[in-house]
Parts: sequence; structure tokens; C-alpha cells
Amino acid sequence: MATLGSPAPRTAAPSSTLKPRSGNPLKRRAVATVLVIASLALLSVYFRESNGGPVHHIQSAGASVLRPFEVGAERVARPFQDGAHWFGGVLHAHSENARLRAELDRYRQRALQNATAAADAKTLRALLRFETSPSFPLGYHAIATRVIARGPSPFVVKVVVGAGSRQGVTPLAPVVTGDGLAGIVSRVTANTSLITLLTDQTSAASGLDPHTRANGIVRHDDQGDLILDRVSKDQVVNAGDVIVTAGWRSGNLDDVYPRGIPVGTVTKVGQTDTDPFKNVQIEPFVDFSALDSVLILEPPPASR
Amino acid sequence: MRALDAARAAALLFVAAILQASVFSDVRILHGTPDLLLVSLVAVALLRGSIIGALAGFWAGLVFDTAVLGTLGVTSLLLVLTAYWVGRYGETTGRDRTHAPFLAIAVVTFLYALGALFLHFMLGDPAPARVVLVDTLFQTIGLNLLLTFPVYRFARLVLGIVPRAERVEGVSLLGQ
Repeated sequence: MATLGSPAPRTAAPSSTLKPRSGNPLKRRAVATVLVIASLALLSVYFRESNGGPVHHIQSAGASVLRPFEVGAERVARPFQDGAHWFGGVLHAHSENARLRAELDRYRQRALQNATAAADAKTLRALLRFETSPSFPLGYHAIATRVIARGPSPFVVKVVVGAGSRQGVTPLAPVVTGDGLAGIVSRVTANTSLITLLTDQTSAASGLDPHTRANGIVRHDDQGDLILDRVSKDQVVNAGDVIVTAGWRSGNLDDVYPRGIPVGTVTKVGQTDTDPFKNVQIEPFVDFSALDSVLILEPPPASR
Repeated sequence: MRALDAARAAALLFVAAILQASVFSDVRILHGTPDLLLVSLVAVALLRGSIIGALAGFWAGLVFDTAVLGTLGVTSLLLVLTAYWVGRYGETTGRDRTHAPFLAIAVVTFLYALGALFLHFMLGDPAPARVVLVDTLFQTIGLNLLLTFPVYRFARLVLGIVPRAERVEGVSLLGQ
């Protein structure tokens, strides 16, 4: 330790050993410069000469000498490398597995979204087709909406849709899908409406066979089948005929269902001696179990 | 003593160059490749100074370029400059400091990558700067830092510490 005012003690080492290592700057710089020049010279010669040049030959000979060392080192390291590769492979497989699972989930979700979108598009196309078809009642305007809630049982007879009085929905407006008649608006709130489907026991609509002009009441019987009731025996109804809404008018009273909305196809026609009416069974066009989007047909203001 | 020292350093770097060429060049961890040769050379330069370091760098570069049949002189040039700088650092500010090897490795790995990139670019070799400086550099620095402690300890074991007689033991104040 050096103390001010007194010389710092030194060990008894000879003065020559007090020089720091590589102490001669000239020598140090000379060595470095020579080595740099040698490297550059080597590089230049190697770069300029052809593959058969002397430096290349020397290198090839040197490589031959080094080869056994390299092979030996490689063999010694091989088990460790294999172990590391195996460990890395396991880690990689693990992370890749997680990544692929996440990717699969993402694609599954996307496929689901696409399927839903495709189904929505199909439904909306059908609704649009119906809106532009001749079956669409004259003067009515359609409010397209989605089913947002259903009855708790599979035999659902009422659904809630996402349009209400604010969207222009009024009670007793007929409800259709792209396939045909679905039901009627039975209750309206500001933003939702309750739809009573045609499958409800209390629902009924006047029906007409456009081919034979036979008419009756479309309703559900006790077995839950859709029938065209009140068809007298003198009227003709054939299996395969399409039944549409009759849309009758009596004085100032209009049927709530406009004329010409498809209801279903006649599947069976029968009659008995004791029953004054024919027994006409109908297969509805609308799949009530997969109701997703509907059109609410708002009548022209004058007929309300 | 000096000849034995040089022989030990040469042997150490020979093994490091062979291992680098045949084993470590193949190791990829997080896209980085550990450079055992560079770490060993830094250890030698720190322990033995700039002259021995520069000579060792030239030797190590020759062995490595020969082993991988690369352009002779490229690695030598880079390692000579690297070892000289590290040797000077070890002789001056970094002397006897515990962090010196780690600091030297971090800095030198970066400068070595930069230098190699520049040199290969000048030689017309493929020199993808983004791959070298962005994709792999930091991983390589990390891996080299991991190697630093064991390699430096091993180099000290092989080369031995600097004799105490070569160290400056004291100073006298001017004017006394």
C-alpha cells in the first residue's frame, strides 16, 4: 500500500520482473502486425490460387492429418450429441404437440364458424329467395330476424326472435322461413317477439290446395301430425299436392295469413264412412326442429 | 517454461478447434451455436497476454480453417485481432478482475461476428447480416457466456496462473 510522504514498499523481486506481461509495446505490436500480415497474405494467396495450388495442397494435407482427431472427437461426442438430439427432439415434439393442438383447436373453431356461417348463408338465401318469389304476399314487407331462444323441450312450440316493436313487428303477423309458413307473432316486446309455431296445438290456418281448389283448416291433430281439417268428402285432394295458405277475406275481416304461403305437401288422404270430412295429412315444409332465422311478414298498414 | 506454456496453450486450442469443427459447429440451441474455440482463445489471451494470445489466435485459426477446409487466413486474421485485444484488456483494466472473462466474451463474440460478417462480405461469400446479427447473435453470446466459466477454469488448470513474480507488487509515488 502506498502512503503519502513515504516510499511504497516493494518485494525483493528483481526489477526486471516488475514489468507487466507483454510489457514491450514495440515487440507486442510487431508480433500482432506480423501475424495480421501473415493472415492477410495467407488469405490472399489462398484466394488467388487455384484448387491445385500449393497452399491448397498444404491445407489438404493438414486436413488429412486432422481427420483422425475430428473423427475421434466426433465419435466421443456422438453419444452426447445423440442424447442432446433426443432430448431436444422430445422437447421439440412436446412444444410442437402443444402448438399443433392449439392450431387444431383454432382450425376446429374456424371450421365451426364457417359451418355456422354457411348454414346462416343458406338460411338467409332461402329467406331472400322466398322474399323475391311469387309466394311472397303482395304489399307485405319482411323483417328478417334470428331465433334467440327456444322452448325448453324438444317439442318446442314457441320461440323468441330478436325483433320487436322497435323493429316494426306487430302482433299476429305471420312468420315464415324460406321453406314456408312457420307460425304467428303472439307477443311483442320492444326488441323481441314470441312466435307461436304452427306445431302448437292452438295454431290454425286456412289451407288451400291450389290444384283442386279444396280448402280446409291446417292444424295439428291429437297425435301431433299436421293435417288439413274440414275438407269435405266432395272435394278432391291428392297425395303430393302442395297446400298453401288460403288467405280468405270476409267483409272487412282478413285472414291473418296472407294467401299463397306454402305450408306443406299432402302425404296421405283418407276418409271413413262415419267421418264427414276427409283425413288429409300434411308434411310441413318447415323443419321446426332446426328453426334458425325467420321472416316476419308485416301487413300493409291499411289492412292492420 | 515459456515453451511449455506455449505448447500447453497450443494443445488446448488444437483440441478446442477440433471440437469446434467436429462437434460444436453442429450444436444448435435456440438458433445459436456455442463457439468453444473463441471462448478458449479468450481464456488463453486473458491468462497469457496479448503476444501469446495473438500467436495462439493465429494457430487456432489455421487449425480450424484446415479442419473445415475453409479459406486459410480468414479465421486466423479474426482470431489474431480478437486475442490481441483481449490480451491487452487482460494486461490492463481487466487484470485480476472476476468479471473480465465474461465481459471479454460478451464483447468479443459481438465484434467477432461483426468482423466475420464484414470479412465474408468482402470475400464475396454469403453474408446474411440479419441471420448473423439478429437471429443468432444474442443466443450465441448467451451460450458463449455459459461456456466461459468452465472453459476459463479449465484453461487456468492447464496453463496455470501467472507466476507471482511477474506481477506488479507495488508502486512508488513520484517525487519521493
